[in-house]
Amino acid sequence: MENTFNFKEIQGRDDRLAPGHRMCAGCGGGIAVRNVLKALHPGDKAVVGNATGCLEVSTFTYPYTAYEDSYIHNAFENAGATLSGVETAYNVLKRQGKITDNYKFITFGGDGGTYDIGLQSLSGAMERGHDMVYVCYDNGAYMNTGTQRSSATPMYADTTTTPAGKVSAGKPQYRKDLAAIMAAHNIPYVGQTTFIGNMKDLYVKAEKAIYTEGPAFLNIMAPCPRGWRYEAPELMNICKAAVDTCYWPLFEVVEGKWILNYQPKNKQPIEEFLKTQGRFKHLFKPENEHYIAEFQAELDRRWEDLLNKCNA
Amino acid sequence: MSIKNRMSGNEALGEAIRQINPDVMPAFPITPSTEIPQFVSNMIANGQVDTEFIPVESEHSAMSAAMGSEAAGARTITATSSCGLALMWEVLYVAASSRLPIVMCCVNRGLTGPLNINAEHSDSMGARDSGWLQIYAENNQEAYDNMLMAHRIAEHPDVRLPLMICQDGFITSHAVENILLEEDGPIREFVGKYEPEHYLLNEKETMAMGPYANSPYCMEAKRAQVQGMMNAKQVILDVAKEYAKISGREYGLFEEYKMNDAKYVLVAIGSACGTIKDAVDELRKEGIKAGMIKVRVFRPFPADELAKALSKASVVAVMDRAESYSGQGGPLGAETMAAMYRNKCTAEAINVVYGLSGRDVTVKDIKKLYLQLISIEANGAKGREYQYLGLRG
Repeated sequence: MENTFNFKEIQGRDDRLAPGHRMCAGCGGGIAVRNVLKALHPGDKAVVGNATGCLEVSTFTYPYTAYEDSYIHNAFENAGATLSGVETAYNVLKRQGKITDNYKFITFGGDGGTYDIGLQSLSGAMERGHDMVYVCYDNGAYMNTGTQRSSATPMYADTTTTPAGKVSAGKPQYRKDLAAIMAAHNIPYVGQTTFIGNMKDLYVKAEKAIYTEGPAFLNIMAPCPRGWRYEAPELMNICKAAVDTCYWPLFEVVEGKWILNYQPKNKQPIEEFLKTQGRFKHLFKPENEHYIAEFQAELDRRWEDLLNKCNA
Repeated sequence: MSIKNRMSGNEALGEAIRQINPDVMPAFPITPSTEIPQFVSNMIANGQVDTEFIPVESEHSAMSAAMGSEAAGARTITATSSCGLALMWEVLYVAASSRLPIVMCCVNRGLTGPLNINAEHSDSMGARDSGWLQIYAENNQEAYDNMLMAHRIAEHPDVRLPLMICQDGFITSHAVENILLEEDGPIREFVGKYEPEHYLLNEKETMAMGPYANSPYCMEAKRAQVQGMMNAKQVILDVAKEYAKISGREYGLFEEYKMNDAKYVLVAIGSACGTIKDAVDELRKEGIKAGMIKVRVFRPFPADELAKALSKASVVAVMDRAESYSGQGGPLGAETMAAMYRNKCTAEAINVVYGLSGRDVTVKDIKKLYLQLISIEANGAKGREYQYLGLRG
């Protein structure tokens, strides 16, 4: 499969997520969806799935839909199973000669619908080998219900169910490594990415995920201005800091082989990421410095582990 | 030309599914419905059907995948029981409100507490307000016939709602009885092909399903959904008439047994009706004007028709094989009595809970109950309005 990246040609493609939807300014969710759908080759059709969440309520508010392709939302925890049913129906109807067009199947879920309540449904769909892509737009909390912690929330983040207080430094646990869990399903393709530069990394991974036969999983860090507490224009700087501190490494697992896509020349201290967001503000009080050191230690351990997996 | 055979209720459904040849079946095993996905898997393995089986990891995913598949334009079935149906709960409502004519083989078994695998209607009765059509069978023959009519009803443009084909766990699903099967040719012609008007994989248009809808739209959507349920009554009768032309067996919304001059009437659902018929026959020999109504279609509920059929009765016992924990009776009791009240029925009515968790119901038990109805006619129902049959003392 060729993965030629022609920025001008790709950005010139018709949008499959139409403007006019109701996502917040500076939201990563809409950027993730719009750019993943750009990786569909012109002429190919798609059915887009969606777990309940911000994305669903903001892009398919009756009687309007922002999707140019067919779209299905079922419930919060079953986007994987729902799309697996659509994909099976496609195989049957194609075999019967009722369909001749080429369809691709892509479903989107936030970290709540993916890491937590929808993990079983996702795991089942991946294990059964459906030819589909599950895209998690990971904004690290249940944003649709008002920034409650999820298993994707970074350690020490201030959320509404792990508030920083007089005797609490925020969420006590480090985040779940979902990409590794998906890789352990031995599916043909797993990718982790975010918004960097001209979106080449995201585009290339989305195209691979869509056009690799069999199940694929894409984990996209998608910042949330409300929950992370940043000004909308800061979005790209935050993503860059996440990658340069190695908080959010860019990697892929192709047929079981771990590949590191970006290794910063100078790995930045985690403060460079934490200081960009209001949810970590409490960590910068002098008495809380040790929490940052603990965060750094766990991050370093995981980064080393990833380097080993990738033989980098 | 009907073909004589003998088989269990689950086998009868397997045979019906082979004849229907559905496109997709997602299912997860649970006693006593497990055999149905096994039969279908065997038929697939031997090239007898073109169905794709999705071996999902839970019933929640079974109903979710069924929704995706039906929405995509494929005729979709599933099968479950008890806790499996309970795990589907959330998605039952989504499927019904999305107007997807999924057909489910529900083999009735009690919901857990304590864990028990035997016949009871608490599973499907719990789902009675989910927007699914519900048709219950007395025996294997009815399970088979109901299944063959299911898609014609559910997919009808005036209805477009999912449908549960219910039969009693073990008593019907596993007991082997005589049955008349119909030939493949006429059945396939009768069931027809699935040609939805709108679906996700329609190459001529895109479709979006499952919106977020605010109060300006939601209420109208729900009212339109109820209309489909109301319309189903006539569609069920029309389809039954057409099916009778092939099979010679015609079904109504309910069956009236010796109701012409009946004064003492039991209203029930499912396999117990066979036992009740035997009791009625014996009582009739003794000169007692006993009768029975077997409710076949519970959703939509045939309220006015049922009340009319009960209008000449003196005393009615409504039989529930499910508790509703309202403290005053079960679901069939509540709905039947509401129908009687609205239609100004003058009969005395009591509600009897029986056969929970597979508790056996005998002709002797039923005859005793009829005698109690005679006593109620003379002395009133006070203290006996809501009672348990066959409870150990």
